[in-house]
Amino acid sequence: MSVLVYIDTISGNISKNAMEAVFYGSKIGPVTVVTNGGVSADKLASLGNFGATKVLVQRALQSQDASQLTRLVSATAGTTGATTIVFSQDLTGRAVAPRVSASLKAGLVAGAVSLPDAGGIFKVNVFSGKAFGNVKVNSAIRVVNLTPNSIALETGSGSAAVEEISVDCGAPSYTVKSVEKQEGDILLPEAETVVSAGRGLKGPENWGMVEDLAKTLGAATACSRPVADIGWRPHHEHVGQTGLAIRPNLYIAAGISGAIQHLAGVNGSKVIVVINTDPEAPFFKAADYGIIGDAFDILPKLNEEIKKLKAQN
Amino acid sequence: MKLLVCISKAPDTTSKIDFVENNTKFNEAGVQYIVNPYDEWYALVRALELKEALGGTVTTITVGGIDDEPVIRKALAIGADESVRINGNAKDAYYTAFQIADYAKKGGFDIIFTGKETINYNGSQVGGMIAELVGMPYISLASKLDVNGTTAIIHKEMTGGVEVVEVNLPFVISAAKGMAEQRIPNMRGIMAARTKPLQVVEPVAVDELVSFVNFDLPKAKSACKYIDPANVAELVHLLHTEAKVI
Ligand SMILES: Cc1cc2nc3c(=O)[nH]c(=O)nc-3n(C[C@H](O)[C@H](O)[C@H](O)COP(=O)(O)OP(=O)(O)OC[C@H]3O[C@@H](n4cnc5c(N)ncnc54)[C@H](O)[C@@H]3O)c2cc1C
Repeated sequence: MSVLVYIDTISGNISKNAMEAVFYGSKIGPVTVVTNGGVSADKLASLGNFGATKVLVQRALQSQDASQLTRLVSATAGTTGATTIVFSQDLTGRAVAPRVSASLKAGLVAGAVSLPDAGGIFKVNVFSGKAFGNVKVNSAIRVVNLTPNSIALETGSGSAAVEEISVDCGAPSYTVKSVEKQEGDILLPEAETVVSAGRGLKGPENWGMVEDLAKTLGAATACSRPVADIGWRPHHEHVGQTGLAIRPNLYIAAGISGAIQHLAGVNGSKVIVVINTDPEAPFFKAADYGIIGDAFDILPKLNEEIKKLKAQN
Repeated sequence: MKLLVCISKAPDTTSKIDFVENNTKFNEAGVQYIVNPYDEWYALVRALELKEALGGTVTTITVGGIDDEPVIRKALAIGADESVRINGNAKDAYYTAFQIADYAKKGGFDIIFTGKETINYNGSQVGGMIAELVGMPYISLASKLDVNGTTAIIHKEMTGGVEVVEVNLPFVISAAKGMAEQRIPNMRGIMAARTKPLQVVEPVAVDELVSFVNFDLPKAKSACKYIDPANVAELVHLLHTEAKVI
């Protein structure tokens, strides 16, 4: 059962999502990776650490154009004889995997959170994290869009053979005019630790304590929907049913009530800490650890205590 | 300009999620259906704004049974001109996309809108599949869309930022937060919606590429451990030694 894994390396780096997709694929069968752009051959060879045997790279394709990537992946699936094609369900996976699925008439497992069981059944996220669906693929080839942070990475040792390829990907379907980079270097969708705050913080001027704690923890920052809607925080920080769904190892929520729509986006987190002045706040029902207290008092103390811990270790 | 907006129904966000018939079917008892928020708030409203500014028509399309008509009427009440319902059971994303693509190929649409995802299946699948089936560019997760003659300027989310891209019409776009603001239908809209055209089209035959075997609910969380607000050090200790997350 040959596996093809597409990874997005356009930033020049191998993201954690990409490592996870390769490692996941290697648990199904021998993995060939396909990617595009200028990422160094050394970095690509290091994917052997996650189980890749071979990496195909199309140097000439320098953008993440969904039409062209569909040609790249569909063609390499043909030449490698892959029966399983894996993507990370990040922004590129969301754009390209459905096109590849329709192009090859191959069933798409969207948002997989598990490997297939012995009967070929995958678990996927449905109802915005409130339930799981068990999905079976009826076509000969299957496409899997893997939910980030749903497999525990193990790093082995190995080096993959890197080969440059040249597939006819057709003309670009759009032109990129400019790129606006977001601030901060820890991206929320990939973050292992997230510090999040809601309307309980009273105003955007009070986010310093959230950012300080996030900095100490090496965490990304997030917020509830009203906070993004009123412009206290940027939209890309909004988590929940109508925002980003995340699955960090640790989610710290301060001054967020824990409405069902908020929980939908964060209840895949491994550990949840809730800080709220209201003992009746619904978030405590979804929490592992809770402090009934004032975020203005607790967040700075938490920051100090974590600094102490870090200093000891 | 001819605009086509894909509309899906979704259970109200406060719905209790459980399953019946040996966990093979979503329990619809007492569930209120709404227009999927991404379809309504962002895709439909932006399509209406473009029509208001540049002229044209807004058609909505839904794959579903007669039970879907109340949410279709809601879309008409918000301002769509006409609706199409493909009278099929949207079993998987490919089936849904295939029906919409089949209709869209005959319609000469300039822009086909979908929402970022539905809040019940969260697949983000249909838009990309339609684009492939009709052979159009696909711009996914767009937070801003402006049309100028035969081209559009779109802000699309990328990992760690936003890309501004230019694309020629026609294309398929999936709408994310930021593209427009929710509109509440007024009484006149609701009245008008009753008499707007809602065409029912029979589906074409398509293979089911994936099937849901059954569903499970996440394991119940164990009770929250409360920590004294005067003892934040205890929390840090537990996160370090018990949960092992810091
Ligand atoms: C269709 C739909 C979709 C939605 N999607 C989302 C979504 O994706 N994400 C989302 O977040 N919301 C979503 N919502 C909104 C959601 O229902 C809630 O309104 C929202 O999450 C509340 O945000 P909040 O907790 O920040 O604010 P509030 O509900 O106002 O809660 C503030 C909390 O802060 C506490 N507090 C106050 N002062 C302090 C203090 N000094 N220290 C500590 N705690 C304090 C209060 O006790 C309270 O619990 C959606 C709603 C609908 C209808």
